[in-house]
Amino acid sequence: MVGKNCFAIASDRRLGVNLQTVATDFQRIFKIHDKLFVGLSGLGSDAQTLYQRLVFRHKLYQLREERDMKPETFASLVSAILYEKRFGPYFCQPVIAGLGNDDKPFICTMDFIGAKELAKDFVVAGSASESLYGACEALFKPDMEPDELSEVVSQALLASVDRDCLSGWGGHIYIVTPDEVREKILKGRMD
Amino acid sequence: MECVFGLVGDGFVIVASDTSAVNSILVHKTNEDKIMKLDSHKFVAASGESGDRVQFTEYIQKNVALYQFRNGIPLTTAAAANFTRGELATALRKNPYMVNILLAGHDKETGPSLYYIDYIATLHKVDKGAFGYGSFFCLSLMDRHYHSGMSVEEAIELVDKCIKEIQSRLVVAPPNFVIKIVDGDGAREYAWRESVKDTPTAQPEALGV
Repeated sequence: MVGKNCFAIASDRRLGVNLQTVATDFQRIFKIHDKLFVGLSGLGSDAQTLYQRLVFRHKLYQLREERDMKPETFASLVSAILYEKRFGPYFCQPVIAGLGNDDKPFICTMDFIGAKELAKDFVVAGSASESLYGACEALFKPDMEPDELSEVVSQALLASVDRDCLSGWGGHIYIVTPDEVREKILKGRMD
Repeated sequence: MECVFGLVGDGFVIVASDTSAVNSILVHKTNEDKIMKLDSHKFVAASGESGDRVQFTEYIQKNVALYQFRNGIPLTTAAAANFTRGELATALRKNPYMVNILLAGHDKETGPSLYYIDYIATLHKVDKGAFGYGSFFCLSLMDRHYHSGMSVEEAIELVDKCIKEIQSRLVVAPPNFVIKIVDGDGAREYAWRESVKDTPTAQPEALGV
């Protein structure tokens, strides 16, 4: 979700296999660089493989260009990597959030074959995506400060995952401003 | 029907697995060791298709040894776990290994650790993990009784509770279990829990050959 010169990216913490919960501290949001985060929902294995490939590509980019990737560029990279596997895809829906030029927030999501969806307010992905759309739409206001943004994102996340049996077991939120990255762990309904 | 589970205690990791080798309705043997030693301080407890299980764990074991020969130092548990996940992930879309793995190890710098590696190559560091139908019973028992920093006695008590639960509540429960432990002193077998012993076959002399 986008705020005023900042963004928030949040995920739940459940690692499950169908009905069984295996772990309640699974990391789904990864840092690419200080101003770029990617959240990967879907199949855990593909999320890990995709993350490793993306970090690899970004490190190569850093070596060649001697700078960090812009979020828009990164989104195109992710889209290309996903479409490469068009007929044997990674079962992952990424959510990309970053601060671009002049620290302007950029968010985007895509489906599992790389169809980008840019938005100015919020993007969602995962098994609880329908609930998330509803909750975010209801709670979103433009130009929120980081504190208010963090509150809104927490409420939207917890409300949505409570309605989805495959999501939950807490929340993990990153609030990113041009100066700092704040990480919050939420305790919600632990079921 | 295969059950593998493990938990991290105070400076050690305990893994236990059933020891039945089964093919459809036939039990080939009841003392099949499914917990393979990777090196002096690591175990890989695997469950799944028997052929894949043996082949894959041996492959990992030999590659871990090769690393040590080439580089002069052993792999850390995390590195071994990530290598295993990489192999599973690479094979996933060609010729998947149907093996679920719990990788337990002890490193001098970081202490004991347990890694849960799915057959789809999902890797996660856990304090307690279980695979198979037995996991439905073990995980909740461990959730209730586990706390961080358990002593060996407390951990074995919990493992025995899990084994008892599996044997009383699982319809085709495995009769025998093996328990192994990894700590600062190395990886070794701790105990067997046997309710059925493999009877030895008649000796050739007795048959008059």
